[in-house]
Amino acid sequence: MKQRYELYGLMAEFTEADEVLAAAQRCREAGYRRMDAFTPFPIEGLAEAVGQSRTRVPLIVLLCGIIGGAGGYFMQWYATVVDYPLNIGGRPFHSWPSYIPITFELTILCASIGGLIGMILLNRLPQPYHPAFNAPDFNRASQDRFFLCVEAADPKFDLPATKSFLLTLHPERVSEVEK
Amino acid sequence: MPDEELQPSHVTERRPAVALLGYPTQILAPGQTYASVTEEISSIVLTRKHPRSWWFGFAIAFGLLMMFLFAVTVLLFRGVGIWGINIPVAWGFAIVNFVWWVGIGHAGTFISAILLLLLQKWRTAINRLTEAMTLFAVACAGLFPLLHLGRPFVFFWLFPYPDTMDLWPQFRSPLVWDVFAVSTYFTVSLIFWYVGLLPDLATLRDRATTRPKQWIYGMLALGWRGSAVHWQRHQSLYLLLAGLATPLVLSVHSVVSFDFAVAMVPGWHSTIFPPYFVAGAIYSGFAMVLNILIPIRKLYGLEGLIPMRYLNNMANVMLATGWMVTYGYIMEAFMAWYSGDVFERSMMWNRAFGPYGWVFWMLILFNCVIPQLLWSRRVRTNLVGLFCVALFINVGMWIERFVIVISSLSRDFTPSAWHIFIPTKWDLMTLFGSMGLFFTLLFLFIRFLPLMSISEVRKLVSEEKEAKP
Repeated sequence: MKQRYELYGLMAEFTEADEVLAAAQRCREAGYRRMDAFTPFPIEGLAEAVGQSRTRVPLIVLLCGIIGGAGGYFMQWYATVVDYPLNIGGRPFHSWPSYIPITFELTILCASIGGLIGMILLNRLPQPYHPAFNAPDFNRASQDRFFLCVEAADPKFDLPATKSFLLTLHPERVSEVEK
Repeated sequence: MPDEELQPSHVTERRPAVALLGYPTQILAPGQTYASVTEEISSIVLTRKHPRSWWFGFAIAFGLLMMFLFAVTVLLFRGVGIWGINIPVAWGFAIVNFVWWVGIGHAGTFISAILLLLLQKWRTAINRLTEAMTLFAVACAGLFPLLHLGRPFVFFWLFPYPDTMDLWPQFRSPLVWDVFAVSTYFTVSLIFWYVGLLPDLATLRDRATTRPKQWIYGMLALGWRGSAVHWQRHQSLYLLLAGLATPLVLSVHSVVSFDFAVAMVPGWHSTIFPPYFVAGAIYSGFAMVLNILIPIRKLYGLEGLIPMRYLNNMANVMLATGWMVTYGYIMEAFMAWYSGDVFERSMMWNRAFGPYGWVFWMLILFNCVIPQLLWSRRVRTNLVGLFCVALFINVGMWIERFVIVISSLSRDFTPSAWHIFIPTKWDLMTLFGSMGLFFTLLFLFIRFLPLMSISEVRKLVSEEKEAKP
């Protein structure tokens, strides 16, 4: 009966942050590459342990900030020098000090909006359905349990062998997760 | 427990038990676990019955909001003439309220962003509430310049948009800077708040007992599942947003102060304004945080999550910023005398001994004298005392903006143009009505969203477990 569904992976459940981090590192040493951990709060080093080296969010924020700042300055320069110059007491059209506040605000605004959109898109959210939600008691991943999932798509994945390997890491339990 | 050889190597290289700036890592009350903090915070929203005082407070706030609606409706029909403003006092309560509300918003970002960057862990228990306070205060603030426009329906003329008359806003004007500063501030605060809220919305989704709650929190949580890779990006963005919000919070009130400082009016044209306004903003913001936090802590029994030490810390911040503000007052008076400018000198004399002199001395009493009680640890750790001092500071900061705006305008260069501003009932109704808007939003927030960042408190629990031998 159990063979009727497609397997997404094996989910090991831990009670402590240290345990899931150690387990992820052990899985990595054992040669597993496609895995993910699900935790109720961020754990330093866990993303590296499951194989994600660094994030591109800072780059996106930087680029969006530069675009926002440069665009803001250009807009003000274009408006007050090219498109609608006003001569007020012979003051220069290109009065850059008065452009600073808006340039600064637009830098921050674009960087923040870009960062938010970047984070959401890189995380492939919104994603109301994900196989991980099928794991038993997975709602505790947002409360007090720590999960480590080795995906069936991993080249080294072998149901009985992986299962017994995960059991050596002393989880609370190991469960099969359907797609 | 894992075997000895299974212990990961990093367990031995823990940070020392004392964090930056000498605060001990023991932050929470002992005995808290992941499950207990999750239960304690999320039950306020999901399962616990709301105290009668919630309904009582909400009813008052909602009543004030309805009064605000009425006052604004009349204003839109009849124009700003129903306010006490005239020439030369063309900036009345609306601008006083605007600057006051923006200032109140600042403590939220200060607590969230600057204390995050300084690794001050005590912020965790209060940052969510103060961020919400920021949003609602800035929303209140934003209404006043709009209502003050006289023709609020063409507010979009302040934005650069492709209009058929080929016009641009005047980018050299501080009033246009204000539009950009306040709208950016609101947007970035909203993003910062939502990004922090995302994991907690997932917690609420997973704990919700009814279908509609599961559905609504589920939609808002975007399918967050706490993946390690997601957390990494989330934390990276959160830290960057804090870094972006920190100069932003300083810039916004500086820009607000430019509205005054760039003008030539005596009493406004002052270089001390940007830092002095920012200090005042944080001063009133922390006072408002305390005024909100002390009752909530009591009502929902959060003494375990918000120990007295946090309130003590906030009282210390108020004492420090209070002295910065006092320095600003002294500098204003000193520069008025030292500049030798006859208009500045007479402005300062008029401010203290003119028709609004009693307001000025009330300001000195509320903002400089009464807060000195905070030197005493007994006052700082006494809930009633602290609440009262914070209330005085809030009123005092409103009076400060009143003194700056009104007393400077009412007596400018030519005595023939002098005019006394007297608020009408509509002025008062919009002022108290905006408090109704603020508190209505705040009550709804307490009802429907977690007061504290549950995931961050869980992280604290884990750090404290590690810190123990």
